[in-house]
Amino acid sequence: MDAITTNNLTKTFDTLTAVDQVSLSIAKGELFGLLGPNGAGKTTIIKMLSTLLSPTAGTAFVWGHDILHERDAVRRSIGMVFQDPAVDDQLTGRENLDFHARMYGMQKAVRKNRMQEVLALVGLEDKADILLKNYSGGMKRRLEIARGLMHYPNVLFLDEPTLGLDPQTRHHIWEYIRNLNEKQQVTIILTTHYMEEADALCSRIAIIDYGKIRAVDTPAALKNSIGNDLLHIKASDLDRLAVALERQPWVQGVTRYDSYIYAGARHGEEKIPLTVNLAQSLGIQVTSISIRKPTLEDVFLHYTGKTIREEDVSNMDRIRASMRRNRGGGHP
Amino acid sequence: MKEWFNLQAIYVMWLREMKRYVRARSRIIGSLGMPFFFLIFLGTGFKNFRSPNLPSSVDYLNFVAPGIMAIVLQLGSMFGGMSILWDRQFGFLKEIMVTPVSRVAIVLGRTMGGITTAVLQCILFFCVALLAGLKLPGLSGVLNCLLFMILIACAFVNMGLVIASLMRDMQGFSIIMNFVMVPIFLLSGALFPLQELPRWAQSLCYINPLFYGVDGLRSSLIGISVFPVTVDYIVLLIFCCSMVILGAFLFSYLDVD
Repeated sequence: MDAITTNNLTKTFDTLTAVDQVSLSIAKGELFGLLGPNGAGKTTIIKMLSTLLSPTAGTAFVWGHDILHERDAVRRSIGMVFQDPAVDDQLTGRENLDFHARMYGMQKAVRKNRMQEVLALVGLEDKADILLKNYSGGMKRRLEIARGLMHYPNVLFLDEPTLGLDPQTRHHIWEYIRNLNEKQQVTIILTTHYMEEADALCSRIAIIDYGKIRAVDTPAALKNSIGNDLLHIKASDLDRLAVALERQPWVQGVTRYDSYIYAGARHGEEKIPLTVNLAQSLGIQVTSISIRKPTLEDVFLHYTGKTIREEDVSNMDRIRASMRRNRGGGHP
Repeated sequence: MKEWFNLQAIYVMWLREMKRYVRARSRIIGSLGMPFFFLIFLGTGFKNFRSPNLPSSVDYLNFVAPGIMAIVLQLGSMFGGMSILWDRQFGFLKEIMVTPVSRVAIVLGRTMGGITTAVLQCILFFCVALLAGLKLPGLSGVLNCLLFMILIACAFVNMGLVIASLMRDMQGFSIIMNFVMVPIFLLSGALFPLQELPRWAQSLCYINPLFYGVDGLRSSLIGISVFPVTVDYIVLLIFCCSMVILGAFLFSYLDVD
């Protein structure tokens, strides 16, 4: 049995299709990443899997439980760390954990033990009795991770776990996440729009854009799928050169961009003369060629046709527009 | 199904409200301010107020004190119920909604917390009123009064929940304050005998649940009332139950975003 399977999971808000026929299977013990820009539908997927939202169509199973008909069983098997803080500022760290544990019906002795364990796991033992309003952003996030683990969930969802944290705190959080996955054997699904986060943490990544899954694989395989080396080419006529390059047997995909072309290839250094010759035979002037190893950013560009940064803007506009539409709407 | 009455969850939701209440000392003092000034300044300012609808054995301060108690309860419990809007704003509502606790238990926990804080607040005010000259009733009067306090609080916590689950954020709050809360207490007979009002406004009083709360409190504390206590109890109880049911119903359809 997989930890999570989804079958054509779909969610539409009015006219906006936030999640479009997503079919995924995530094995037990994976550290799975949903990578995509803001508004790609990552959070919506997580909300459906955690029973906070009902899907418009499709089904999903979390730890063997149907998200539509076994909501309580699903809720019991998952832990959740939301994108925005979801703590009570007026309570201490320990009281926040205690609230959570009692909501899950944990007995006193179990509660006490587990609280010490999870506090130690995120290194907050000596801060447990401070009111949350005096916590820093990173401490709050760590406490939320600890809380998500309190009731021994099988699957832990982390929605943008390092959003808005400084680089140093981010690396600490990565350590905790890795640790959880390896030592505590928790299956983790995280969403992120940070390439380096997905690359550093995840055993497998699904690239999501406009609610659709564009590719699923390990970070290494994703990078290899667009070529071992990337040729970054500037030339006088990019359109014609791109078309010509695509016909070459040694080229593994071409991405046409504003003022340059990316072409994937093996043994990139040997392909530089081939490219120059090809261009010359077409009467195209090559201005520059450089080679580098592909990054996830390139993979993202390849599968979606855009970089994640420019994507951010258009997607946020899309979301805002749909929120404006929904505001008057009351309840479904 | 047996899970919907989850005692531990109800208890911990209540416990959270208590901790928040005790920690916000300035709020406790602050919310006693308005009723205190009402009592002192209305009580002395209208001490020579005479009306055929006000028995001469009762002075205005003793008449108005139960009314202000009802207002304290009404405002306190409606704020309590509407505080889920803050939880929503600060994200804590998501944390509550993702747990395997039934929506009914969540509403019950909130209601218990709201009732306790509103009733505590009202008892504090009651003590202040005693110092200011309210006559202490007999034991049965105090017990009746306590029952009415709980009923009023329960009804209006849930009314707050109902309103909050129909609102998206705190933006409409001043409209609710000025067009729901204030008319309810002005038309409850809390500050003056409702017979002073024109007939059309009197009929509004009769459909105002707080009117029956004020009437019940007044009958328990100073022994005068418009309706028999049983009528007050029955009307309040019906209103209370329908608010609990409506609150639980709306809450179960609440989307968390």
